[in-house]
Amino acid sequence: MAETKELQVKEKQEAAAPAEHTKPGLIFTPAVDIYENDNEIILLADMPGVATDDITIDLKDGVLTLTGDVKPWENDDESDVMVEFEIGKYYRQFTLSEAIHQDKIKANFSDGVLKLTLPKVAKAVPRKITVNNG
Amino acid sequence: MITRRMFNLPAANFSGSNWNHPFYEMDALKKEMDKWASLMSGRRTFGGRNSGVFPALNITEDKDNYYIRAELPGIKSEEIDIQLNGRSLTISGERKLEQSSDSVKYHRRERDAGKFSRGVMLPNDINGENVNAQMVNGVLTVKVGKAEIAKPKRIAIN
Repeated sequence: MAETKELQVKEKQEAAAPAEHTKPGLIFTPAVDIYENDNEIILLADMPGVATDDITIDLKDGVLTLTGDVKPWENDDESDVMVEFEIGKYYRQFTLSEAIHQDKIKANFSDGVLKLTLPKVAKAVPRKITVNNG
Repeated sequence: MITRRMFNLPAANFSGSNWNHPFYEMDALKKEMDKWASLMSGRRTFGGRNSGVFPALNITEDKDNYYIRAELPGIKSEEIDIQLNGRSLTISGERKLEQSSDSVKYHRRERDAGKFSRGVMLPNDINGENVNAQMVNGVLTVKVGKAEIAKPKRIAIN
């Protein structure tokens, strides 16, 4: 990746909610990186403004759901001068095609980035199969 | 004679002021559509007000301070450089992403790395002595005190 690349503004993507939400407010899709190695799947999600306690990670029937609640960080007596981005919750779902060790999922949140480590169940780890002469 | 009603409109009342001009109905419709359009695009950023320069900033004010906020996830506070020169504030830095080894397979890559520099002119005079910045959960907040002359004053009536 080119180190000198200039960062571009990305319009926050509003999430298409599967059902209507009871609480009003905007919901965005966090930008994610997903990669895997032989043993685990790593997911990184940008969720600025979310406190660690307000993140919910749920894995059910092979569907991973990430939710991040954002409490308004502006004080009540502040009035807008210039607004370029919106504040809202984060929501995103992924279907995992591989079996994951549910108990060994690790999640770490720092500087607004969630890092999720999903270890693959042993049987999903590729094995080299040797063919014997018979 | 039977007064006919069309499209569930109230029976025509030609003496009423609303029917004075032939495009009344059109105007009413336009008003209604505008109302809906503004409801649906009720988001405050609409209208191409984005500067197109990273990071997007929100500026708010209260009686004593301006608050400049930006979402900078994954950027450490020591990697951000904030400069104040008169009324012009510059936020620059570089976002580096965790380098992963070559043996991994990427499924999605939506997060970007790169340098950024954003300048913004504050709307009024500020007090350069009273500035602080903090980074919480990937959100940068720069608090800049307003200059005494820029603060709202209550004027007493004698």
